[in-house]
Amino acid sequence: MIAHAIFFYFFSIIAIFSAIMVVASKNTVYSVFYLILDFISVSCLFIMIGAEFLGMIMLIVYVGAVAVLFLFVVMMLNVSGTKDEQFKRKISYSHISFGSLISLIIFLELIIVVGGWKYKPNIVEISSIRIDKDFTNTHAIGNVIYTDYIHLFQLAGLILLVSMIGAIVLTYRKREGIKKQSYFKQISREKKEAVTLVEVESNKGINLDD
Amino acid sequence: MINIGLGHYLFLAAIIFIIGVIGIFLNRKNVIIILMSIELILLAVNINLVSFSIFTHDLAGQIFTMFILTVAAAEAAIGLAIIVVYYRNKGSIRVEDISSLKG
Repeated sequence: MIAHAIFFYFFSIIAIFSAIMVVASKNTVYSVFYLILDFISVSCLFIMIGAEFLGMIMLIVYVGAVAVLFLFVVMMLNVSGTKDEQFKRKISYSHISFGSLISLIIFLELIIVVGGWKYKPNIVEISSIRIDKDFTNTHAIGNVIYTDYIHLFQLAGLILLVSMIGAIVLTYRKREGIKKQSYFKQISREKKEAVTLVEVESNKGINLDD
Repeated sequence: MINIGLGHYLFLAAIIFIIGVIGIFLNRKNVIIILMSIELILLAVNINLVSFSIFTHDLAGQIFTMFILTVAAAEAAIGLAIIVVYYRNKGSIRVEDISSLKG
């Protein structure tokens, strides 16, 4: 129990610190790195409380794919180039008070959830899928996701497909003046139109322009 | 303090959620930070779902977390594609410059 407490506080302090640094960091590349640190510490928490599969998936999907995608885009776009321009402009602070009020209200609402849970901890008695201690976590998720949740699983695949097509369509652009290979032209080329036999008279030469 | 229960995890999720919300309106640098704040918010929701799933011995929360993960990945891909196209057209992704949809 004491080890659980120590590891919980360790990982959650790292998670909160890195979440603050994501928002507060001056350099965008640094905030992407702090985002990666945040995901890693939260996935350590997941592994610690017994959701190993999700922790590992979190590492693969977030750290391996999403954060690297962010890093690519940050490095591709010149975001720090406009830094000196930032100081010239007038900065308005009018939205900050309103925004902090809203976020304070949201925070209080979330804390009310914690308080309600403390007063009546067994408020949820009926559970749809009990966690079985005989199976490992991955086994249990695999048992359920291909049977009860198969339609949602297929739908998730469709969402990924649509987002992939959307990202390609959005970022694709046709550039002018760049020579590209045309497979169709290459394959449909025939001997008749490609090669001609020319009788060349002696000492005359031929005109190749056509 | 030593007994770590569901409340601790919910508290952690609430703090990360609020940091994400604050990051959305506080930042004046670029839109990528806003996307990262949205990722933080989704992360907080995932913590909530997983901790409820573990402490109530119900597997459904973990499966929902997987679907949230899918949607988050798709959203990040589309959002970053939009940002790349915007940068190509306007040459800047600072938040103050993106105001042509103000109405």
